[in-house]
Amino acid sequence: MREDYLEIRDLRVEFDGFVAVDGVNLTVLQGDLRFLIGPNGAGKTTLVDAVTGLVPATGSARLDGVQLLGKSVHRIARSGVGRTFQTASVFEQLTVLQNLDIAAGAARNWRTLLRARSGIPPTVELAMETTGLTALRDRPAGELAHGQKQWLEIGMLLVQNATVLFLDEPVAGMSGEEREQTGELLRRIRRDHVVIVVEHDMQFLRSYADSVTVLASGKVLAEGTYAQVQADPRVQEVYLGPGHTAEPAPALGEVL
Amino acid sequence: MIGSATPAEAAAAEVSAPRARGPWTGRAAMLATYAVAAIVLFGAAPAMLTDFRLRMLAQFLCVAMVAVGIGLAWGSGGMLTLGQGLFFGLGAYIMAMHLQLSSAGPSGRPAFMVTGSDLPWWWELFRSPATALLGIVAVPGLLALLLGLSVFRRRVKGAYFAILSQASAAAFALLLISQQNTIGGSNGLSSFRQFFGFALNDPVNRRMLYFIAAGVLIAMVAVVHQLRRSRYGELLTAVRDGEERARFLGYDTAMVKVVAYVVAAVFAAIGGALFVPIVGIISPQNVGVVPSIGFLVGVAVGGRATLFGPVLGSLAVSYAGSTLSEQIESGWVYVQGFLFILVVAFLPGGLGSIAAVVRSRRRRPAADELPRGVPEPDAPDPEPTPADVRSGGA
Repeated sequence: MREDYLEIRDLRVEFDGFVAVDGVNLTVLQGDLRFLIGPNGAGKTTLVDAVTGLVPATGSARLDGVQLLGKSVHRIARSGVGRTFQTASVFEQLTVLQNLDIAAGAARNWRTLLRARSGIPPTVELAMETTGLTALRDRPAGELAHGQKQWLEIGMLLVQNATVLFLDEPVAGMSGEEREQTGELLRRIRRDHVVIVVEHDMQFLRSYADSVTVLASGKVLAEGTYAQVQADPRVQEVYLGPGHTAEPAPALGEVL
Repeated sequence: MIGSATPAEAAAAEVSAPRARGPWTGRAAMLATYAVAAIVLFGAAPAMLTDFRLRMLAQFLCVAMVAVGIGLAWGSGGMLTLGQGLFFGLGAYIMAMHLQLSSAGPSGRPAFMVTGSDLPWWWELFRSPATALLGIVAVPGLLALLLGLSVFRRRVKGAYFAILSQASAAAFALLLISQQNTIGGSNGLSSFRQFFGFALNDPVNRRMLYFIAAGVLIAMVAVVHQLRRSRYGELLTAVRDGEERARFLGYDTAMVKVVAYVVAAVFAAIGGALFVPIVGIISPQNVGVVPSIGFLVGVAVGGRATLFGPVLGSLAVSYAGSTLSEQIESGWVYVQGFLFILVVAFLPGGLGSIAAVVRSRRRRPAADELPRGVPEPDAPDPEPTPADVRSGGA
C-alpha cells in the first residue's frame, strides 16, 4: 500500500516585513501522529494557514509530491488537505447531518446538488458513529456543547476524504474524558491519514504524540519523540527562559 | 467508539422529543399552502376584484417576483441585493422595446423617436418575439453571472456588496435618462398596443396577463422551494454562515453564490418584463435606487429566510403603499423607511420569523437543563475569518 506524506521545504511566510514562518522544513508520514508545539507567536497556526492556502507563502509544500502552494483554498482542500480551527467553526444554523453531508459533498455535480438528500451517505453515517453524534444528527450544530462541536469538526474532516488533517487545538475546552476519547480517535485516524495537531496541552501531547516538532520564532527548534524534545535544553530555554536549563526535565510538562 | 456513553448521547434522548414535528409542518402543510395560493390567485381574486384592482394586483405580483429572488439571494445566501432595479429594468426595457416594435408594425419605428434619427441596432435584436423572450432571461442572467463572479471571486461581501449593487442600479437609471433619443430618456417607454398579438386594451387579454403573472409567481416560489430543500440550498446557507469554512471543505464558494444571484436576477427580469404590459409604462423611475430599496422592504418585513415571507411581505407592502399613497401623497416613502428600520431593529428575521422566535423562547429553558459534558465557552464561536485564524496561537 502506498504511504501518504506531506513534505514542507523551506516554507516562508512574511507579513509586512515580519517573518512569521522562517524556512521551515517538515516531513510527516502517514501513521505518524505529529504534534506541533511552540510558544505563542512561534508560527504554528501561520504554518497551517500557509499550507492550506489562507496566507501566501514561498518555498514548497507537497502532498504525495503534488505542490500545494499557490493554489486557491478550495483547490488545496480538494487535493486532500483538511483542517479544523481553534474556534470550532461548524455551520451553526445547519444540523449535524447537514454539516457532515456538506463536508462530504465537495465533489458532487450540479444534478446531485439540485436534489434533496434522499438518504444518509454511508461515510456520513460512519462519521456520526465514530464521533458519537448519531443521536444528535437533527440538531442544529449551534446548539451543540463545545466538545461536541469539536467532534463534529473532526467528523467533517473524516468525511471530507482528506489525506492530510491539520487540527488546531482540538481538545481546548474539553473535559478529561472527552480528551481521552479524542486522543483515541486521533490514534485511529492516523493509521490512514497524515495527522498534524497544533496543541498547547502538554498532558495530551505526552499521552498521544508519536512525534513532536517544536517551533520557535518561525523556525524548527527541535523534532523527535516527546522524551527527546523534552530533554532538549534549547526547548527548555524557549519555554522557561534562560537560566532554567538546569531544572529537572519533568518541569516542562508541569509548566505548560 | 468515542461516543459510547458520552454526554452527546445522553443529551440526545431528551433532544429528539421536542423536535418532533406536528402533522401541519410537513409536506401536507406545504401542499395546502400552494393550494390556498392557487385558489386565492386563480379563483377568489379574479371573481371578487374589479378590473382596475385586478390590474393593480397583477402589478404587485410582478414586484413580488423580484422579492422571491431576493429571498433566495439575501435570505438563504446572505447577499444583500440592493440593486435589483438593474435586472428588473433590463427585463422591462427589453420587453418594452419588443412591444413598441411589434405595436409599430413590421418595419415601423417606436412612437417616441424623432423622425429622421436611425433606430439603434440593439433595438432590432428584440423585434422578433423569440429573441425578445430569450433576451429577457439571457441578458440579465449573463450580466449577473459576470458581475457576480467578478465580485464574489474578489471576496466582496456584506455592506460592500450591497453598496456595489445599489450603485449599479443607480448607474443604470442614469444611463437610461441620458439616452433620450434611443430609449426615451426620463419619459421611458409607454403606449404599447399589443402583447404578442393580443390587443392590450381588451379586458379579456388584461385578465390573461394577470393569470400569467399569477402562474409565473407560483412557479418561481416552487423553484425557490426546491432550491431551498435541495443540497444546494443547504450549501448556500452554509456559505452564508461560514464562507471560509466552506472553502476549506473544497467548495468554490463564488460559484455557489453566483447561482443564487443569477436566479434572483432572472426572476427580477421576468417580473420587469411582465410589469411592462400590465402597467403600460416603464421609466427610469421604476429601476433606480428607490424602487430597488422598495423591492427589499417587503422581503425584510415578510421574513427573508422563509419561503413565503418574501412574497407575502412584498404583496402586503405593495398593497399598503398603494392604499396609503391614495390618501397621503409622498407620505408612503416615510412609512416605508420607518417600517424597514422597525423590522431591522426589532425583528431582523421579519414577520415570518415570529413563530421561530416564540418557539426558541419557549424552548430555551429546556435546553439549559440538558446535561453537558463541558462548560459552555463564554463567547459564542464566531465564523473564522482570516484575521481570527491568523491571531491566537500563531
